[in-house]
Amino acid sequence: MKPPQIWDDLVIGGGHNGLVCAAYLARAGHKVLVLERRPILGGAAVTEEVFPGFRFSVFSYVVSLLRPEIIRDLDLPGHGLNIVPLESTFNPLPDGDYLATWADPEETRRELYRHSPRDADAYQEFGRLMQRMAMAIKPILSVSPPDPASWRPRDLLTMGRLAKHFRDLGEQDLHALVKLMTMSSADYLGEWFESEALKAAKSASGIIGTFLGPRSPGTAYVLLHHYMGEIDGVFRAWGFARGGTGAVSESIASAARSFGAEIRTDASVRRVLVKDGRATGVVLESGEELHARAVVSGLDPRRTFLELVEPGQLPEELVQTVERFRFRGSSGKVNLALSEPPNFTALPGDGPHLKGAIAIAPSVDYLERAYDDAKYGEFSRRPFLDIVIPSLIDPAMAPPGKHVMSIFVQYAPYHRNGGWDDRSREAFGDTVIDTLAEYAPNIRSAILYRQVITPADIEAVTGLSEGNIFQGELALSQLFFLRPAPGWADHTTPIHGYYQCGSGTHPGGGVMGGSGRLAARAVLANEGGAS
Amino acid sequence: MTTNGLRTTPFHSRTAALVRGQTWRRWAGYVVASSYDLVHDLEYAAIRGTAALIDVTPLFKYRLRGPDSAALLDRIVTRDVTRCALGQVLYTPWCDPEGKVVDDGTVTRLADHHFRLTSAHPNLRWLHQNAVGMQVEIEDETAETAALSLQGPSAREILARLADTEVTGLRFFRAAPARLGGIPVTVTRTGYTGDLGYEIWVANERAEPLWDLLMATGAPFGILPTGLLAMDVARIEAGLLLIDVDYVSARRALIEPQKSSPFELNLGWTVARGKSPFVGQRALEAERERGSPWAFRGLVVDWDSLEALFTEVGLPPQLPTTAWRVSTPVYGNGQQVGYATSGCWSPLLKKYVALAHLESSHSEPGTEVALEVTIEHRRKRARATVVKTPFFDPDRKRA
Repeated sequence: MKPPQIWDDLVIGGGHNGLVCAAYLARAGHKVLVLERRPILGGAAVTEEVFPGFRFSVFSYVVSLLRPEIIRDLDLPGHGLNIVPLESTFNPLPDGDYLATWADPEETRRELYRHSPRDADAYQEFGRLMQRMAMAIKPILSVSPPDPASWRPRDLLTMGRLAKHFRDLGEQDLHALVKLMTMSSADYLGEWFESEALKAAKSASGIIGTFLGPRSPGTAYVLLHHYMGEIDGVFRAWGFARGGTGAVSESIASAARSFGAEIRTDASVRRVLVKDGRATGVVLESGEELHARAVVSGLDPRRTFLELVEPGQLPEELVQTVERFRFRGSSGKVNLALSEPPNFTALPGDGPHLKGAIAIAPSVDYLERAYDDAKYGEFSRRPFLDIVIPSLIDPAMAPPGKHVMSIFVQYAPYHRNGGWDDRSREAFGDTVIDTLAEYAPNIRSAILYRQVITPADIEAVTGLSEGNIFQGELALSQLFFLRPAPGWADHTTPIHGYYQCGSGTHPGGGVMGGSGRLAARAVLANEGGAS
Repeated sequence: MTTNGLRTTPFHSRTAALVRGQTWRRWAGYVVASSYDLVHDLEYAAIRGTAALIDVTPLFKYRLRGPDSAALLDRIVTRDVTRCALGQVLYTPWCDPEGKVVDDGTVTRLADHHFRLTSAHPNLRWLHQNAVGMQVEIEDETAETAALSLQGPSAREILARLADTEVTGLRFFRAAPARLGGIPVTVTRTGYTGDLGYEIWVANERAEPLWDLLMATGAPFGILPTGLLAMDVARIEAGLLLIDVDYVSARRALIEPQKSSPFELNLGWTVARGKSPFVGQRALEAERERGSPWAFRGLVVDWDSLEALFTEVGLPPQLPTTAWRVSTPVYGNGQQVGYATSGCWSPLLKKYVALAHLESSHSEPGTEVALEVTIEHRRKRARATVVKTPFFDPDRKRA
């Protein structure tokens, strides 16, 4: 019998972070194997032909946070990545008007001026400040967060560097940063803008993926998190991947393979093998055992620490922290196959406004009320919707003349009163369509097929605990050196040779890839070169 | 209602018919003619020799009315607005609290408690932020008021055919209400060319007849519709600053070194001494004491030095046909000591001139420096001399 093959690294989960991690490890000469439970790669970053001829970015639907250094290092464009800019935003309002922003700053200014001349001035200054804030945060995204309670030289050195960085920011910017870290997005935006429609449109990005409302403290940071998207060096640039978000995963997988990584799908990991406090490999659901010098989990902290290994092998403190780590999925999705594009009462026709992001977020009160429903265990009666129609930019996503629409919906609490079943799923879907139909009445008759995804479905399909799209809430108490737990924010674990690379680690959520890259660095630093 | 696209000015029906090469330039959300003819040389010649008619509508314009209107402006700008006489126009920059310039423009006193502020960037929010507790009504009249600049030696004679002595007798940087052919306007003896000239402010509805009137009246004097390319050459000769080109607004700068104080823009003369508190005053007083690290000066490129560089590669001297606005290194004793932000060949002075930020130690008029020039794809350095601006300052401008 052939002796079992020994790998340098096994990566559990073929989501974008697992793939990024594998690509970096393979690039450094490691023999790497990625193990993906599903038949397709990407985790929550997948494109699937849900209905014949209609291809959907089933879960994650836009790209912006993907770290530019990853795009460069792995030459993702050379592996098929093609990002088309998402240039405009369009928010229809209940009074029949709308608020839009366009690629051109003058055009945006003129549109905002219609709503509030003062906000038109403030908008540019706000954008400038957020750009500076994103620059201020940027160095944090590409380092493993230091533990401020630690005396390890590496932690002290990084702390020192960051301290200097923040001291150099200047008073004004430092104050702004502290405000962003502590305030609610509604309050923060209230300091800048007077137009309700603009405040609402902006504060929506402060709640995405969180179980918080626009008036909850801490949401201003999430706002900034979404400003950190960087395409071609431009902050706050969003785009579609041609071929859907799955194409991002495919390009990373292709890069990983080109460096020699192997990738297996339909390979579900049951457990990580641990011997004498050291990870030695994994056992698959099939019973097959695979051995390696290092094992990297791309799954969320709950699965990484409480399911893949015996919690008994971990310090009690860590187990408790992970048990308390908040997931609380708060969003769902509705994917529609359409016979025609939506026709908005506020701006009829197939104008350029349909090619950007469309949001139903008419007022801060509306968003806060949507949150109120969720707080008490119901999905929002009138939810926040974030809509894109990829087929208008990438016609290959749908049959000729037909369209696919992706609707991100918040709030849909994972812990719904009575739980989620087929009936509540359809009722949730109906609510979303009813909401949209108030602004685009033709939507009902345009629907050919619909796919409704609840947080329970997200969990069941992708494995993301409680359906949290960020592998754990993006709240300040769960960021930086606290993500996922104090002392273990550097992508290592208490088990030697066992690492974590999911977005439940620093720097966190969105199709960013930063966690995968930093985890690969940690593996390379601790495990050394190729065997 | 759709808000797509750029704005055109109220003169568009007239200007669009004249722009031969479809050469338009974007300016503050509007499109205006770069040049009307295929080359702009004659338009420049009109500014300096006859009369040029320039659409300057895109300037931001604010109307301030009320008992505190003077106090509000005085709190914002560096010049002393309390000393602005009725019918006087002040050119002035204004600063952030650190004394760095955020914008520049004009303040016109139209009545005791009635001012117009013009600016290059929007300032509505800034005005409101500084008006807390004041009795002043602030109105953005940018979209309702059109403006034409009539510039050149014949400008006065053209206006004399249309208005009485109240207009033709206007002194430099003075304003007066008037009727031109029955059209109510405000005339200011101002401009962006450093020549004899006027700016005429008119309600949108009367913009087209005003254009027609001025063109018809100016025809015997050789009036020419003139675009921004020609005006750009004239304003460099006049040493007049252009925001976003010669300096970065402190409001838009991303890093400290991008910002400039008025002293560093050769606008020290606009920082009034002993006036009531205004934004940036403390920082500016300190800088006046301490001195400024940078200065803004003119450069005149030495012809022989430039020609020699071309001769080396077998070419006759080639000169920029339009004003350039690419930041270009300036050297002193072999080290970079500054950067030029705009430059042009002055067809009138027959000199290659540029506007430059220089370290103060290299800013004394007469200092020899070198300006980077690119000749046949290679970077060279041409000798240049630091001079005071304006390069061109005819008596008729003020007379």
